[in-house]
Amino acid sequence: MDIFVQQILNGLVLGSIYALIALGYTMVYGIMGLINFAHGEVVMFGAMVTISVISALMNAGINLPGPLLVLIGLMISIPACMLLGFVIERVAYRPLRNAPRLAPLITAIGLSIVLQQVAILIWGRNYIPFPPILSHDTITILGASITKLQVIIIVLCLVIMAGLLVMVERTKLGRAMRATSQNPSVAGLMGVSVNKVISATFVIGSGLGAIAGVMVATNYDQAHYYMGFLIGLKAFTAAVLGGIGNLGGAVAGGILLGIIESLGAGYIGTLTGGFLGSNYQDIFAFMVLIMVLIFRPSGLLGEKMADRA
Amino acid sequence: MTMVNNKKLGLFAVSAIAVVVLPFLVGGALGNSWVRILDFALLYVMLALGLNMVVGFAGLLDLGFIAFYAVGAYSYALLSSPHFGLHLPFYITIPIGAVLAAFFGILLGTPVLRLKGDYLAIVTLGFGEIIRIFINNLNAPINITNGPQGVNLIDPIQVGGFSFGKSFELFGQTFSNVYLYYYFFLVLTVGVVIMAWRLQHSRIGRAWVALREDDIAAAAMGINIRNIKLLAFALGALSGGVAGGLFSAFQGFVSPESFSLIESIMILAMIVLGGMGNIAGVVLGAVMLTIAPEILRSTIGPLQMAVFGKTIVDPENARMLLFGLAMVVMMLVRPEGAWPSKRRRMEFQDAKKGVSHG
Repeated sequence: MDIFVQQILNGLVLGSIYALIALGYTMVYGIMGLINFAHGEVVMFGAMVTISVISALMNAGINLPGPLLVLIGLMISIPACMLLGFVIERVAYRPLRNAPRLAPLITAIGLSIVLQQVAILIWGRNYIPFPPILSHDTITILGASITKLQVIIIVLCLVIMAGLLVMVERTKLGRAMRATSQNPSVAGLMGVSVNKVISATFVIGSGLGAIAGVMVATNYDQAHYYMGFLIGLKAFTAAVLGGIGNLGGAVAGGILLGIIESLGAGYIGTLTGGFLGSNYQDIFAFMVLIMVLIFRPSGLLGEKMADRA
Repeated sequence: MTMVNNKKLGLFAVSAIAVVVLPFLVGGALGNSWVRILDFALLYVMLALGLNMVVGFAGLLDLGFIAFYAVGAYSYALLSSPHFGLHLPFYITIPIGAVLAAFFGILLGTPVLRLKGDYLAIVTLGFGEIIRIFINNLNAPINITNGPQGVNLIDPIQVGGFSFGKSFELFGQTFSNVYLYYYFFLVLTVGVVIMAWRLQHSRIGRAWVALREDDIAAAAMGINIRNIKLLAFALGALSGGVAGGLFSAFQGFVSPESFSLIESIMILAMIVLGGMGNIAGVVLGAVMLTIAPEILRSTIGPLQMAVFGKTIVDPENARMLLFGLAMVVMMLVRPEGAWPSKRRRMEFQDAKKGVSHG
């Protein structure tokens, strides 16, 4: 039972991070109908930039409390990632908006490789440890332990996601986004500046990605130039699981996927009689993805669609 | 008419002779390591042609193609190496690998029949990763694949008593075995080219094009969409499996590292940059993308030494950076690829003018 609660808690932490990244995928998909393959790299840059800023401050002899340092790091990495997202859309997607579907996919993959290599140029190929500035005090819930940091991650994710939902439902920009996602050309006729809305979508998604990247780095205590690939893929799975294009779905899908993954990793050994171990954790996301696309391609909360093109 | 035919025949003869003498020219001028690169270029031509059947002809975007290469490579490796103590000859193991790869192609194809475009890409990517994770971890509790260490001491190709593993003597001169493999691969590559060519201009090839253009219309015309899709996956995987077996024999060593996602992307890039759907374009793309990085590898380091006096950018890093940039720039400037088929070039021109294709 303890293991069960523990894995649920781990899953919640992982899942809320997935959800935050999944929002970036689902927003772009909802508006433009394409998968932003380079989003994982934005997440990676968020983590890397934050670590660099914190290290630079610490090397300069500025002694601030840990959380404040992280906050300063975020203040720099969020705008940096927003700029990155803006540039990605301008360079890789906007010129190809009317091209056959394969073209933006290829540029996105190419851009993702470029961003990874740029990260190697700046930060090298090794794992970069997160500076030990945050406390890892744990609290115990129902016999399972969770760090205070992880509690903060979960709460912060929920707050940000609620804020995003309010933004999309209540503000003028949110209305413009919803209009564009329904029909870009009609939205344009109604006075919505479609290009600006698309740019805004990328910028917001990338900002969320930056925050998620820092969360990943603090949770695993390290960052790496290749970390964006797997986490991006899993977040995309979460978006599909929830119903792509649907914000609430991305949140639900993210948390569900996180829990499935950690329960799977926790129990796969016992289920297969020790044949498969927790080193198979990463296949769960792919299995879930394939299952969802076969049995319920519209996802948990998505609208019914004839097929996925 | 005869003039044109003569010209074509002449061109064919010249290129055939060029391909046959190429390794000796390259080997004489640059050394055996470059002949080895030519061998790899031929392997990649086979792989790219296999993937081209799925992506170029049938329009099914597959990002996990390397999995079939892995299946072929590991089938050969496990059946002819000291790992299990089995030493079956290549004319048994390569067909086994090919059939197994085709089986995996159908295994992948069946659940994803309803998916298209980006979704298919992601699912196939996931499939490729699943295969790699299994290969990486199937060393315990029963050691099947030897895990991350990979399988080594794999038998070379052996014809009769003659092994491809050693260098050989001809006219008093000693030649490295890379020459033998070159001709062996060349024969098989020509086989794959002929297969792709015949398929393209057959009933099946036309059905694939119909499927790519509009699956509903194709179904209405009486094409069995399910079978034709599975056939594309199976035949593509078959070529991948053959290439994998050859890779195993040639390299003498396989490990999960050789079958990562970036390899799948590399093969897709060969097709896209070369000219999707066009056999000549795909061959060109495969050769270019195998050889260009090697040229870069051997020039970037010395160039930096000469200009800056030290290595600023690690050659591997610079190579991948340029590769990524090439993909982006190519898509923006010439999305139809270097040598596209006529049909595709026209489609892209229409797309530029804003004519809708469904």
